[in-house]
Amino acid sequence: MALLRRRRAIHGWLLLTPALVMLTTFAFYPSVATIWTSLWSRGTRRNPSEFVGTGNYQRIFDDPTFWTVAWNNILYAAVTIPVSIGLALVMALWANARIPARSFVRTAYFTPTMLPMIAAANLWLFFFTPGFGVLDQIGALFGAPSVNWLGQPETALWAVCIVTIWKEAGFFMIFYLAALQTIPPDLEEAADIEGASRWTYTRRVVLPLLMPTTLFILVNAMINSVKLIDHLFILTKGGPNDASKLMLYYIWENAFAFFDAPAAAAMTVLVLAVLGALAAFQFFVIDRRTHYR
Amino acid sequence: MSLLRHIEPLLALVLAVIWISPLVFAFWAAFHTSTDAVNFNLLAPWTLENFRTAWEGAPWLRYFLNSFLLVSSVLIGQFILCTLAGFAFAQVEFRGKDIVFVLVLLQLFILPEVLIVENYRIAVQLGLIDSILGIGAPYMASAFGIFLMRQAFKSVPRELDEMARVEGCSLLGVLWRVYVPAARPTYLAYALVSVSTHWNNFLWPLVVTNSDTTRPLTVGLSIFAAPENGVDISVISAATVMVIAPLLILFLIFQRQFVQAFLRAGIK
Amino acid sequence: MLRYASALTMLAASTVAVNPAAAEDVELTMYYPIAVGGPLTQVVDGIVAEFEAANPGISVEAIYAGNYDDTRIKALSALNSGDPAQLAVMFSIDAYDLIEQDLIVPFEEVIEGEEEQAWLDGFYPALMANGQIEGQTWGVPFQRSTIVAYYNKDMFRDAGLDPETAPQTWDDLVEMGRALTTDDRWGIMIPSTGYPYWMFQALAIQNGVELMADDGLSTNFTDPAVVEALEFWVALGQEHGVMPEGTIEWGTLRQAFLEGQTAMMWHSTGNLTAVKNNAEFDFGVAMLPENERRGSPTGGGNFYIFKDATEEERQAALELIKFMTSPEQAAKWSIETGYMGVSPAAYETEALQAYTEAFPPALVARDQLEVAVAEFSTFETARVREGLNNAIQAALTGTQSPEEALAEAQAAAERLLDAYR
Repeated sequence: MALLRRRRAIHGWLLLTPALVMLTTFAFYPSVATIWTSLWSRGTRRNPSEFVGTGNYQRIFDDPTFWTVAWNNILYAAVTIPVSIGLALVMALWANARIPARSFVRTAYFTPTMLPMIAAANLWLFFFTPGFGVLDQIGALFGAPSVNWLGQPETALWAVCIVTIWKEAGFFMIFYLAALQTIPPDLEEAADIEGASRWTYTRRVVLPLLMPTTLFILVNAMINSVKLIDHLFILTKGGPNDASKLMLYYIWENAFAFFDAPAAAAMTVLVLAVLGALAAFQFFVIDRRTHYR
Repeated sequence: MSLLRHIEPLLALVLAVIWISPLVFAFWAAFHTSTDAVNFNLLAPWTLENFRTAWEGAPWLRYFLNSFLLVSSVLIGQFILCTLAGFAFAQVEFRGKDIVFVLVLLQLFILPEVLIVENYRIAVQLGLIDSILGIGAPYMASAFGIFLMRQAFKSVPRELDEMARVEGCSLLGVLWRVYVPAARPTYLAYALVSVSTHWNNFLWPLVVTNSDTTRPLTVGLSIFAAPENGVDISVISAATVMVIAPLLILFLIFQRQFVQAFLRAGIK
Repeated sequence: MLRYASALTMLAASTVAVNPAAAEDVELTMYYPIAVGGPLTQVVDGIVAEFEAANPGISVEAIYAGNYDDTRIKALSALNSGDPAQLAVMFSIDAYDLIEQDLIVPFEEVIEGEEEQAWLDGFYPALMANGQIEGQTWGVPFQRSTIVAYYNKDMFRDAGLDPETAPQTWDDLVEMGRALTTDDRWGIMIPSTGYPYWMFQALAIQNGVELMADDGLSTNFTDPAVVEALEFWVALGQEHGVMPEGTIEWGTLRQAFLEGQTAMMWHSTGNLTAVKNNAEFDFGVAMLPENERRGSPTGGGNFYIFKDATEEERQAALELIKFMTSPEQAAKWSIETGYMGVSPAAYETEALQAYTEAFPPALVARDQLEVAVAEFSTFETARVREGLNNAIQAALTGTQSPEEALAEAQAAAERLLDAYR
């Protein structure tokens, strides 16, 4: 018996080895190495690299751009997460209802999900361009003045958010749609018989049943608010005056445009800490709740 | 109340039209001269000139090939790694399994995108810079895939497993003969999600590729259409349409399967 | 050293002087950027193909890597990872950082003999300025530009202005801009994304000041004349109403000009051929106006040779660079793009003579060279530049006053440059 158990254990570990090697190489080791890198100064011809402890952290905390970028990212999350989840819910309710042209509506909502972010940014660039962009041309029909969407600090981040929402809402809709289809139809019939309005039915019956889905989407949306930055490369490059710069873009810029890997590593550590907190939230709060479902 | 019932479908339709409009505009602009496009000359003649200009402007064929090789190699890697690991987590009992599983799940949050600085360094050390394998490697052991395969394998009836063992199948034999066929729908779902993710991925490929011989479509498109180039709306629209066409056409044909795939992949 | 030099002579003799075809095959990888419109990758591929035909012993892989920043990132990434890269066209202003990172060799170490010295001395001095540091030449000019003013002559006529006279002074600029601005179009657009510091440097020079010191160790952003220059730029939009407020996109500006959104634009001369091929109206090109003096920074890309290249590769790289900067090729490049011919000899060639005779605007950038100044460049240049860019954008978008914004940029530059003093 003990022999069998040992053999099973060996099999188990053998099966896991390839995946664990890859995960260690590209996830666990680099996470730890990032912390290590963040403790050393950047080496140049005149100043070789040396151990500086929290010096790099001090440096980024003293960097006003870092705070602008952090704030931008919080705003980006605070706007894109609720709006795209809200829209996704509405879309799902509509796409699930008996309406004309339903399959067109569904396809239209979902299609942006299939596009690369870079392509999406290209499409939207022409909407935002002042003067001859689509938005301005439409505005001009109503006598609105030309708006420099990407060129003003007040609007640049919003323009970036709009593209993200456009890309995300349809994706999240799918999950709601799936959840809606698991709701037994007799619930709606029962509500009808009791004379409850559709709004009451949606609010009292549907939304609570969608709660686990919402939490799942929420976590995904939070991760995306860190990850989805590709469109910055096309739309604004973080400008004007850093008004639309997001954290991951700034990390990229530090590491690959300014050749300041230690600063980039220090910021990466901070981002990892945030993601870690998110993971804890997922494991300890959400998973526990869904168990009682 | 009945008013709302009539307005709602209309609103749904309006939103759908808004949602699809950037794509429609780009499609329309791609077939018109840039002057006609920016002036909304709806009656202007159609032209293929933009596609010719775009096509000649970059080695697109190479980019398509690179993207194709990329998604294939990632997919193969993911299938092998995730099948083995998922099977271990689902059907093999051994000590320490739960802890390792939690560790693996952590990777759902440690995104490869966030680790570009160190992953770049590792790719340099392993000689993976500017190679297709280098773009794909960090994604091959996907925690998500492992999780998915574990769920799929768990639902395979125990009897099938035991029957195969009685017939003298080895552990890997059982995996191959019983579990893999039983999980076919999950594989299909995961493949679709994986392909569309990596076809569209950008940041890491940007960092790790240096030349035309490895650049996938997204990176190729981004440097072709960089605003510094002095954007010509129509030509860029043509390039964009070209890049998104294959996946989009596939999506429109296999819409139902695609949506089902995303559902299966997303919901436990 | 002697041995080194004689080895070098022998190598040079074997690869270059005697017969390149007889030498062993050398493979070169060259990264290069493009920052203006048009199908320029094909032009570069064409030149490279010609070079390979003339030098059977050398094969060249030319890799287009995006804009100037992308190209630096990609070339250095290749070097980092041990992928081959022997030469690159990169920003003329990257020189300080490339030296600091110990990545490039001065051309004095690569050239041999009087003939090659003469070649090195044959470029326009103004174009050499950014590449000459610590007494040596680190970069050789290739796709070089100055900023020129493009204007729509039809609109000038329409506004009752003389279509042959572009604004000569800042006051002219404002006045004529006012006459040209209507409900449908702006008087002028000066781009403020992509390379805002470059446009700003032009204004500062015209106002009689330089933005940086020659040694790359200090900047001058808080000088009253510098602040005044930024105030002038801001006022074009906010006070005089001849330019849109907010930032103006570098990339879409050419199209805006071609679509008649603006009567004038300031842009790189590298756009000239693209404008010429696409303008459906009569347009003119002029030097930038003056305030205290005339002037524009030079801009664009230089050739660099990487230190990691072997002697043999360096010599082959030098051959390629000599070929691409030769008068005939420079003339061809200039005609295809609008970039300057990099040496006086280029303008002596029949091809460019004939071209400029038929199309005089092609000479404006060169004529402006006489008043041109080296482009803004310091140690830690990408970051110092980023700070300045942000200051300019903050002022243009009204987030900060020009004075505040520049003071912040100056403080940031001080912090960054301190380590190098």
